[in-house]
Formats: sequence, C-alpha cells, structure tokens
Amino acid sequence: MLLLSGAQAPYMEKLMRKFVIKRILISIVILFFVGLIIYAVMRFLPTSYIETIARQKSMQPNSKSYEEWMAQLSVTYGMDKGIILGYFQWLGNAFRGEFGDSWFWTVPVTEKFHETVWLSFIMGLISMILELAIAVPLGVIAATKQYSKTDYTISVLSFITISFPTFFFASLLKLVFSIKLGWFDLFGLISREHYHLTAWGQFWDKAAHLVLPITGLVVLSIGSLMRYTRTNMLEVLNSDYIRTARSKGLSERNVIYNHAFRNTLIPLVTIVGGSLPGLFAGALITETLFKIPGIGYTSYQAMVAGDIPFSMFYMVFLAILTLAGNLISDILYAVVDPRVRLS
Amino acid sequence: MEELNEKEVKQPEEELSLNDDRRVKVLSPGTLVAKRFFRNKIAVVGLVILVIMFLFSFGGILLSPYSEKQYFYKEEEMRQPIGGAKELTELSYASEAGSPSPTLKIAARRAIKANETAFTDAGETYTIEYYGDRFFEVFDKDGNLSFIAYYNSVNFISAGEELTFDLRRAALKAYEQKPISFSVNATDSTLYSIDEDGLIKRGEEDYAYVLSYSINATEEDKFFSKDFKFALIDCIENGEMKEGNEKEFTVTENGVSTTYFIFYDAAKNTWDIKEYRYTRIYDRYSAPSKEHWLGTDGHGMDMLTRLMYGGRVSLLVGFIVVIIETVLGVIIGGISGYFGRWVDNLIMRIVDIFYCIPSTPLLIILGAMMDAMKVDPTLRMVYLMLTLGFLGWPGVARLVRGQILSLREQEFMTATEACGIRASKRIFKHLIPNVIPQLIVTCTMGLGSTIITEATLSFLGLGVRFPFASWGNIINDVNDIYVLTNYLFVWIPAGVCIVLTVLAFNLVGDGLRDAFDPKMKR
Repeated sequence: MLLLSGAQAPYMEKLMRKFVIKRILISIVILFFVGLIIYAVMRFLPTSYIETIARQKSMQPNSKSYEEWMAQLSVTYGMDKGIILGYFQWLGNAFRGEFGDSWFWTVPVTEKFHETVWLSFIMGLISMILELAIAVPLGVIAATKQYSKTDYTISVLSFITISFPTFFFASLLKLVFSIKLGWFDLFGLISREHYHLTAWGQFWDKAAHLVLPITGLVVLSIGSLMRYTRTNMLEVLNSDYIRTARSKGLSERNVIYNHAFRNTLIPLVTIVGGSLPGLFAGALITETLFKIPGIGYTSYQAMVAGDIPFSMFYMVFLAILTLAGNLISDILYAVVDPRVRLS
Repeated sequence: MEELNEKEVKQPEEELSLNDDRRVKVLSPGTLVAKRFFRNKIAVVGLVILVIMFLFSFGGILLSPYSEKQYFYKEEEMRQPIGGAKELTELSYASEAGSPSPTLKIAARRAIKANETAFTDAGETYTIEYYGDRFFEVFDKDGNLSFIAYYNSVNFISAGEELTFDLRRAALKAYEQKPISFSVNATDSTLYSIDEDGLIKRGEEDYAYVLSYSINATEEDKFFSKDFKFALIDCIENGEMKEGNEKEFTVTENGVSTTYFIFYDAAKNTWDIKEYRYTRIYDRYSAPSKEHWLGTDGHGMDMLTRLMYGGRVSLLVGFIVVIIETVLGVIIGGISGYFGRWVDNLIMRIVDIFYCIPSTPLLIILGAMMDAMKVDPTLRMVYLMLTLGFLGWPGVARLVRGQILSLREQEFMTATEACGIRASKRIFKHLIPNVIPQLIVTCTMGLGSTIITEATLSFLGLGVRFPFASWGNIINDVNDIYVLTNYLFVWIPAGVCIVLTVLAFNLVGDGLRDAFDPKMKR
C-alpha cells in the first residue's frame, strides 16, 4: 500500500475494495456449490451403510438409540427430503452453527472441533516458521549460485523431499529416532507418566512428542518452497534493474539482499499468506501416523468410522480454508505488487 | 560387409557437404528438445531410474519364478502329541455278546476286589474263576461263561489285526500261566504259545503280546510297534524323571532312531507321548535368502515378486488416473480457453468448485464406505482410479485454458480462422498441439504425485487391497511395531521403490520443462 503514490491512492483504493468484494462474493457462491457437492456425495452413500453405522453407534455404551440417531440425522441433514431441499435445511442449520452430534465422538461436532483444532494450528504454525526459515535461505543460495555444486545438491535434495510419501518418511523417523535411538515415543501427544509431571514438565513432554511429526512436516514441505523461492529469485536476478544495480557498482551482497531478495518476497508473501488458513486444516496423514489428537487425526478416525456429521463438517471446513487461502493470496498479490492490474 | 556399406553411405554425404544448405545440420524441434534433455544429467538419471523401474515392474514379472498370489510354506519342528499311555489299574469287561450290563460289572468288580468266588446280581448267582490277579472269568449258574474281567491289554505285532473275544480270552488266560502253549478255541486248531515276556507266537511267528499298559495313538492310522511300546514302558518304569514331569527315550526302528518325550499328567494318571515333528506353516517374514531375495511378507508371499506386481499396480493406476484427468482437462480447458466469455467464466467457476473439494477426506470416506460394503478388490481399484482421475482434472483444465488464452491471440490462430477451419479442428489440431509440451511436463509430475496419493491410500488400507499388491499396501505392515523394528526387508524396499519412481518422474518432468522451453530454464 505504501507503494501507491498520493494522487492515485483514492482511485486504487476504490478499485481494491471493488476487487475484494467481488472475490468474496464469488467465493461465497463457490462455497455454496462445494457444499452442495459434498452434501450430495454424503447423500449418495448407500442407505444401508448409514443405517449400519447408526446401528453400530447405538450399540455403544451411553449412546442414543438407533431411532434417535436416525431421527437426528433426518432433522440435521434433511434426509427425508430431496437433495436440494435437504441441502438448504442443512445449510440453515450450519449457519446457526448446528452441525449435529458426532457419531464417533458422541459430542457435538463443534465441541470436538474446538478441542482439537488448536493443537493442529500450533503444529502447523511451528512447521511453517521452520519451513520458511530453512527453505527461503536455501532457495536464495541455490539461485545466487546457479549451476554450482551447491545449487545441484540443493535442487536434488528438494526433489528427494518432494518425492517422499509421508508415511514412509514417518516410518523411517520412527525407526531411527524412536526405536533405534529411543529419543521419542512412537505415538501420541503425552507419555504415560504425563499426569505426574509438573506443569513445566507436562509442557516439555508434549513438546517432545511433537518433534517427530513437525520434523516430518517440515522436511517434506521445504522442497517445493525451496524450488519456488529459487525460481522466483532467478527470475528477479535476470531482470534489468538487477543489471542496473550491478552496473552501478553495488556490492553483490547489496544487490542480492537489498534489491533481488526484496522483490522475491512478493510471490513468497502471497504464497505464505495464502497458506495461512491451511494451518487450521491439520496434517491429516502426519497426525494419523503419529496419533496426535489434532483435527486431522480426529477427523480421520471419524471418517473411517463413517461418522457423517463430523466428516461433512470437516470437509466443508477444509473447503472454506481453501477458499480463504485463495482469497488472501489474490488480495495480497494485488496489494503487494503494484504492477498487477485490478480488473 | 559393414565397412563396405559405410563407405557407400559416406560418399554421397561428402559431396553434399559442399552445399551450403547441408553444411548447417538442420535439427527438428523434437530432436532439439531431446538433445537439450539428454544434456541434463539429473534428468537422464531420472530417465534411467524410470526405465529400470518399468523393467522391474513389467519385465520382472516374466522372470520371477513366483506369482503374485503364491503362498510359501515352511516346515517347522514342533513337539507334537502323538499318543498317550496309561497303566491299566481299572478292570475291563468283555463277553461274546459285547459288554455286560453296568450293574453286573459293578457287582463283579466288588466281588473280585474282595476276593470272593461268587456273587449275585439281579437274583442270579455267578461264580468267579481266578487266573492270577489280572484275569478273571465269570460263569453263570449254569456253568456257562458269562463274561471276562481283565486288566491287561493284548497288542498285535503288525497293524490291521482284529482282536476277537476268543483270542483276548485265550491270550490273557495264557499270560497268567506263562510260558504255555494254547489254542484260541475248539474250532481253531492253530497252536499259539506264550513266553516269559508275554510275547505270543502263532506257530513260529511273533503274533502278539500282552501289556499292563494301554497305549493309544492320537491319529487313528498311527500304529505303535512292539519295540516302541516296550521301550516306552521301560522308560515309564525305569526312566529318569526330568524337570517338568518329563522323561525321554529313544527307539531305533529300521535303522532310524527317534527320540520321544513323555509327560506325566498327574490329574489323569496318564503319560502324554510327544515327538518332534515337522509341521507346514506359512513362511511369514522369513529373512532374505537364495529362494526369496527380499524375504517373504506377512502372508508368506515372496517379497520381490510382490514388489514387482506392486510396481505394476502403482504405475498402472498412476497412468490411468493421469490419462483420465488429462483427457477431461484438455477437453474442458480447451473449450473454456477457446470460446472464452461466458463459457470460460462458467467452466472456470466449475473448476474453482472442484478445486475446493477436499480430495483426501473424500477418498478416505469413499474407502471406508467400500470397506464396510465389502466391495470386491478389483472393483475397488477401478473406483479408486475413477475417483482420483475425476478429482484431478481441474488442474489440467486450468493449465490448458491459460495456454490457449495466450495462444489464441497469436497470428497463426488468426490465419486458421481466415482459412475457415472448423472450430473443433482449430482447437484440437492447432491449439492443443501447442499446449502439449506443458501438458507432458504436468503429466509427468502428476504421475509422481498420483503414485504418492495411491500409495498413501493403500497404506491406510483404503486404496488397493489385498490380494493385489501395491507399494503402499506392502508398507502397510509397519503399523505393526514389531515389523517396523525387526523386518526392515519388508517395508524399506517398497518405500525405496516409491521414492525412486516419484523422484524419477519429477526429475524427468523438470528436465522436460527445461528442454521444451530453454528460455525458462529453472
């Protein structure tokens, strides 16, 4: 915003507001249809499957009866109506924050969500900070030393990390650090003697349990960010103003860090901004592998058990996060880079 | 011959080399791309890995001596019960017409214990004749034989003989008077003799023997020899008791000596006979060996062969999914980009919607549902490919549309329009071929990520299922901590295969991108 000169500012601001409002409206329309598709998929699940699940759930201790489950389902999801009418009924309930009770967790969906989402957020935030701290410098180094051995090593390493399936890497981490070295526990967020520890000890206990999952998340995601930084840095380094800066006789350090890197930040900021909402999504696979009770693992358990209320809530939640991410990165792109036309 | 041919070919070339047109070697765009690609060492490494992986997955199957669903067994030595022995301390009864009535048995038993020579049952008087203290004959009031009471058992030397009442009676009676010669009954003139050890001869041949133990085999067709039974009794009576109420003895038969173990069961007052026997069990998690280069998995299947079939499944799933999403993406993206305006707007909003559908949760839910519905594994694979393909097309559509939007404005498209070429032909003959380089790059990279997605789902047990192998479901075994720790050969190779293949696709894709568009190099 600082980049806008005085005379243009009001016009640009007006344009910007229009742009943002338009994007938000489009997002809402998209969300409506995404919700419809998710709802339709749930409705197309064979009825026998839903009934089986409901019957199983009613067998659990302290559970509602089968009829109650089915009745609740009909009310919340409008199962007795057609798809479109039923969707509107569900939508109406969702607007009021009523997503029904989770079958698997036997508590209201939103309650379970509040319980678990913050752990995922913390995990995601730490991983993201580490990821940026590692990937961006490496990407810059690779770009400034293009075609050198360092560049090739970094590139190949980034390709290797991209190619690792999460579950295999997690298994290797467990084998090395939990089994061979015995530094961390294999699963879970707390150790057996957790409740006998002091408050401070409990904190460290949890932190220790998060080390391996976060390592997995960071290592497997730095690759793409590193390549992204490198590509953008190279593009900037090849531009005219860098040549100008060099021909002025500026030191290479100055050229790279004051002129090139700042401009590389533009795409970086948009991509990072866009992935901020994703921090709430939870790392489904990683959490499941390490049995970390964040939103990812919680949802995985619910989904595998055929818990429709929770699954639907989680999927709509993810869709909202994706849309929010796109929206933020679009807006940031327009804000940070004055060259972008707002039309 | 070859040298001659070469000369023949060379000559005209030399002539032509004077010509200016020919001096500069003209390379087709394809050759240029190939040249640039092969100059990129990393990409070539990727290509080599890919070729090896394809040979391994598709060619290896032909070379492997085993099949995908072949189980292997191994023989394991285990102590198995083969029979039991019991000292005969209870009276048994037999008569010509089967067993006497229970009350009669009880009365006779009481009389024998009390050493009485007569007793009454149901108003009838019976007399007992004593032959030693282990065989008794009971007669009714008319002096006819009613039944016999005895402790010992009569055993035959060879299998398949039937013990008749007359033989039992004669043998047991003779045993008490041994050594003696006897005949079984009045009609049979065969002469039998019994010696001090209780061995009965029919004529000159060894025929049967009398024991104060009852020895039975667990399996019906198993027959214990005389040597075995004698050794067993000797062991029971004189053998040294080891820890755990255990004794052992060795019998040599036909030159083979076998060691048997007997365990005393105090509650039942019996001896259990056991021997080491080989049993056939699944050869689970066996370590790498000459027969199984990578060992066997948890089902007792050859790991290397499973890896090959797994590779085939993973690669095929990858290819089919990418083909589905590319075809859908090109058609939809092509239409969108070419027609622009409201068509483009509409299609791009649909693409946005598909982009927002969270694919992993959706796949997990569908997988769990197919689990609950017990969908056939083959059908599951088809559904998996369709779902993955249907969720993946928006990316391709966006790419194609973006490319076409910019290509549309170029002169050659104006030329096609001026020539009056049909719209469908303009899209698919003139626009799409120009998108193909980017498409190939995206598809190559997409193959890698599809393989990872499929492997992840199979790992979670929601994708390709047993009996089909896939690299993902092979690693599934690490959910068992014991396998994770001890059987590295089960899960590491599959993981390495995935990483190498995906890496190779990424490297080749990256190399192709650079080769297609040298200006954009990295």
